[in-house]
Amino acid sequence: MSNEVQDYASRLSDPNSRKMGTFSYIPVMTEEQIRKQVQYIVDQGWNPAIEHTEPEYASSHYWYMWKLPMFGETDVDRILEEIELCKKANPNNHVRLVGYDNYKQTQGANMVIYKAPLDEKKLEKMEIASTVKHYVKAHR
Amino acid sequence: MAKTYQAGVKEYRETYWEPDYTPRESDVLACFKITPQPGVPREEAAAAVAAESSTGTWTTVWTDLLTDLEYYKGRAYAIEDVPGDDEAFYAFIAYPMGLFEEGSIVNMFTSIVGNVFGFKAVRALRLEDVRFPLWFVTTCPGPPHGIQVERDKMDKYGRPLLGCTIKPKLGLSAKNYGRAVYECLRGGLDFTKDDENVNSQPFMRWRDRFLFCQEAIEKAEAETGERKGHYLNVTAPTVEEMFKRAEFAKEIGTPIIMSDYLTLGWAAHQSLSKWCRDNGLLLHVHRAMHGVIDRNPNHGINFRVLTKMLRAMGGDHLHSGTVVGKLEGDRAATLGWIDLMRDSYIKEDRSRGIFFDQDWGRMPGVLPVASGGIHVWHMPALVTIFGDDSVLQFGGGTLGHPWGNAAGAAANRVALEACVQARNEGRELEKEGKDILTNAAKHSPELKMAMETWKEIKFEFETVDKLDVAHK
Repeated sequence: MSNEVQDYASRLSDPNSRKMGTFSYIPVMTEEQIRKQVQYIVDQGWNPAIEHTEPEYASSHYWYMWKLPMFGETDVDRILEEIELCKKANPNNHVRLVGYDNYKQTQGANMVIYKAPLDEKKLEKMEIASTVKHYVKAHR
Repeated sequence: MAKTYQAGVKEYRETYWEPDYTPRESDVLACFKITPQPGVPREEAAAAVAAESSTGTWTTVWTDLLTDLEYYKGRAYAIEDVPGDDEAFYAFIAYPMGLFEEGSIVNMFTSIVGNVFGFKAVRALRLEDVRFPLWFVTTCPGPPHGIQVERDKMDKYGRPLLGCTIKPKLGLSAKNYGRAVYECLRGGLDFTKDDENVNSQPFMRWRDRFLFCQEAIEKAEAETGERKGHYLNVTAPTVEEMFKRAEFAKEIGTPIIMSDYLTLGWAAHQSLSKWCRDNGLLLHVHRAMHGVIDRNPNHGINFRVLTKMLRAMGGDHLHSGTVVGKLEGDRAATLGWIDLMRDSYIKEDRSRGIFFDQDWGRMPGVLPVASGGIHVWHMPALVTIFGDDSVLQFGGGTLGHPWGNAAGAAANRVALEACVQARNEGRELEKEGKDILTNAAKHSPELKMAMETWKEIKFEFETVDKLDVAHK
């Protein structure tokens, strides 16, 4: 690897610079890797849930729920199947996997497992900067 | 039957040593490590500490008989050897409900660690632990928000949070300082931090710093789509000034401010903490001066007590030591007090220096902050030691990256996510750390560069304040 990379590339004007929480700085997970994360959520006794959104609204706290959280579901294959169903029904949306920890009353896990292709024109129209600011301000 | 008054000096142990006493659930309990003056029996020294930290004075006074001294007195109820120390011993003291003002850490510790620490009968005295009864816990405000609320507000889940203290500590102009903040945040950190001694000096007045940092936060949020914060230090010479700065921080919409709870004073700190809950700002708490109080193994106050005090008074983050970095911190003891920050019920565990069960009821927890001399190579150990509910702060380990802050931040973020991913997959981080980081660096030139820069650095000084164990 060369030592020539001096600048950390990210731009307000480049939608690809937008990140989405845990695991958005490492390569998109393979199917096998996603399976292990699902297994981890099950092993912790958390309730798996699937959410999705249009990329231009990704910075909102609330994404669309794909059905209700899968309370008590421990079958990894069943959960993976549900992820596939969500992706198929919403091919243009980001999809994330959540593990609800009802004892701590938080999300023990929350990771984007499918990144939708970015429609640059749509994103530009959204003026992401102001959208982010709007949501952030509202919660302070 | 009424007692008669006899003037004069009585031995403390006649009144304040009660080895048959069974502590009540409502008692405040304290464990002191006492090094008595030569010739003073243990029971007498323990009783003296109990007396001087509660109702007693050096001589009998007639007004003792106007009160229910039997109820109000502190009692030394047990004595134990200190492993590996022939001189010092542990004394356990119980203080009854009613002796301390509800919700007042100030009042409780003015008693417990007050005049008694200068008392001639003891050569040295250290408060090792206290047990707050549940009634006291519920009268204290506790953290303004707590860990779960912070995660929701900041939208960060399933991993430790990442921070960085902006350096150099002193001397940057506000605009240059904001630049350093912006670079860290856009590179992938969640937070940056004012150094504890950054208040409002001539080179950078607080208002300018607040405004430039807020612009840095907002631009980094827009750029990355993630929520960001900078701990704006509102520690100030007067309480009025502190609140003026806090109000301005709120006005510009910043998510988190910071204080130094020991130098600021506990009353001022608790007021600020309550203000933070009322106004929706998170509160990061630094612990400048703690080393003065907690480092001497024979005299002062153990940090686990300072930890409990802070949780009761309120704060959302508290510096805990790193275990692996440049600053003091025994591993087992640190694990003990990070549990005291976060958990709702902590069992007595002498192997971690915890002398009492502590029930926090439903009081929210504080995020421990590991900061000081840590870099990407420490990441596997830090994730293992601290778990998800923590803030890992890389100062030099971000700003010292050869390509600058953004690259340093990205290196830390990639290393963190790789470690969390591997942990979730069931891999042993401390054993396989090198492998995990090396693999992650294949996709991150920033991380690869960081690993090359810091691989030789180690911190291997002996810890001065170790837990008391026989082989010391």
